[in-house]
Amino acid sequence: MKSSMLILSFFALGLLLGIYRILPTQWDFTYFSFVVLCMLMFSVGFSIGHQPDTIKQFKQLPTRVIFLPVTTIVGTWLGVLAVSLFSTYTLTDLLAVSSGFGYYSLSSILITQYKGVELGTIALLANIFREIFTLLLAPIMARHFSKLSPIAAGGATTMDTTFPIIIKTSGNEFGIVSIYHGFVMDFSVPFLVTLWCSM
Amino acid sequence: MFVVLLFMFAGIAIGCVMRKIKFRFVNKIILLFILLLLLLLGIVLGADEKLLKQFHLLGFQSFIIAFFATLGSVVAAKILWNIGRTKRT
Repeated sequence: MKSSMLILSFFALGLLLGIYRILPTQWDFTYFSFVVLCMLMFSVGFSIGHQPDTIKQFKQLPTRVIFLPVTTIVGTWLGVLAVSLFSTYTLTDLLAVSSGFGYYSLSSILITQYKGVELGTIALLANIFREIFTLLLAPIMARHFSKLSPIAAGGATTMDTTFPIIIKTSGNEFGIVSIYHGFVMDFSVPFLVTLWCSM
Repeated sequence: MFVVLLFMFAGIAIGCVMRKIKFRFVNKIILLFILLLLLLLGIVLGADEKLLKQFHLLGFQSFIIAFFATLGSVVAAKILWNIGRTKRT
């Protein structure tokens, strides 16, 4: 909880810095993020490789984590099936939006193209929310549901933006599961979004 | 995407090689990078005026969709995790 507050306050500080243009606008923050991400991944890799226990623990993981991406997809779709009971949007629209799995840049562009600006905007926000939910609630998910739950919640983002919080809450031995999951989900987003938009 | 993975595998390799030397500060460095990345995410989001305005318009519906989508996958993952546990014992 202490680290969640720390994380939230850094995010809030960033928002303020962005809104009031305190830092030079010509700085390429996306590039900075990429560089920091690389350094982060190197450190994470280092901590995995450095502890012999981590690799042993991964070997002890049950083999059915292979099915985790499929589980994430089915669970997500069942979730929005419940939304369709009281939403003004059609079921296929909702399925398309949810098939972004947190990959908001790509899914919102695709959906704007297929279904228009309104649903595209919904896709952008809903998938940002999914990422924020994962970042903030991962500790609760890991404690009250299962250690695989933060990975399922993270969707396509589990190999980049939500990766740090996942290994922090579920443990370093879930790092490889998280990357495998993010990898498969990343590739399925364009196909599944297109599938539901064309129906 | 692949460059990022490459960095991680390089880290694993170097970590394995340097197993005999103790590094206790690695976890603190990881937290530092996490905080820096979130600061950067905030900066990019805060500077995007269009995105901030859209937040008020369709935010509520998006919130509901995201909530149920996330909940569905979280529960499904718990079921997958539990299936194995009961089989094992």
